[in-house]
Amino acid sequence: MRRLIFAVPLLVFLGIAAFLYRGLFLDPAELPSALIDKPFPAFSLSGVADERPITQLDLRGKPSLVNIWGTWCVACRTEHPVLNKIAASGVNIHGVNYKDDIAAARKWLSDFHDPYTLNISDPQGTLGLDLGVYGAPETFLVDARGIIRYKHVGIVDERVWREQLAPRYQQLVDEASAP
Amino acid sequence: MKHLFKVLALLLLLCGVAHAAIDTYTFASDAERARYRHLTEELRCPKCQNQNIADSNAPIAKDLRAEIYRMLSAGESDAQIVDYLVLRYGDFVMYKPPLTGRTLLLWCGPAVLLAGGFVVLGIIVRRRRRVRRVPNGLTADEQQRLAQLLARTSAKRTRND
Repeated sequence: MRRLIFAVPLLVFLGIAAFLYRGLFLDPAELPSALIDKPFPAFSLSGVADERPITQLDLRGKPSLVNIWGTWCVACRTEHPVLNKIAASGVNIHGVNYKDDIAAARKWLSDFHDPYTLNISDPQGTLGLDLGVYGAPETFLVDARGIIRYKHVGIVDERVWREQLAPRYQQLVDEASAP
Repeated sequence: MKHLFKVLALLLLLCGVAHAAIDTYTFASDAERARYRHLTEELRCPKCQNQNIADSNAPIAKDLRAEIYRMLSAGESDAQIVDYLVLRYGDFVMYKPPLTGRTLLLWCGPAVLLAGGFVVLGIIVRRRRRVRRVPNGLTADEQQRLAQLLARTSAKRTRND
């Protein structure tokens, strides 16, 4: 019993060390989204290509990736070719052009190819605020019923797509096709 | 000398740039201004981790300040404004997160550690007292002689000094 007391500081140290070691590999910049398993917020905004209004109802029917982007966002440029590739493989991607100039956005899409099925123009950032966006690029996974199921903050590269998004997207597709 | 003055003037201008997180909002009353200040200081900028939205220059913090100002002007309560932001950004935006199962450790951890420290301290103090009470095996006479001897040696030592 007395011997055990001498082991207490060692045990406390090991506990703290394990706690801090784990902390080394946590990314504090990654916020858990408050919107997971909640419906996509209501909005009515015009598209980037034309004035026709788009609402949250247009996002239903098929699972989709909703990508927050802007021409001012340097990381979005890195991400863009990957989105093109994913879209070419048949994945349904919608865009939210966040706090951007519409002419610049149109030029970007004609220069770098347009991977988006729908592209919502959000010049004031109102939809971005409702989505809890704090830095582009951000990508949401939305299921066929219009419920947000997952959020990725930062660039979607090949690895992120393969390891994090693709399996979840596939799951949503399977869910939607199940009776 | 004239050069120095110019440099100083330039530095003063730069100071203004460094404190650019000041917006020009006009408030209906001083109370509303105080509420705005309190809210922006209590809420955390989602992008910049350890700054409140009053201090941050991040675009998102600017947007949130504008939003808070808009809601205040619309007559919404502090709780409504905080709820609005928590709904979008999660508990992260609050510097004082609510007491829930997940934050229990955060709120009670320090108190538990402090109490634990006092318990350990109490145990050590009690144990020391018990050790002191243990007799050293001398009879009452011997104890008295020991005291006399000690007194004599210390007296001698002071005389020699």
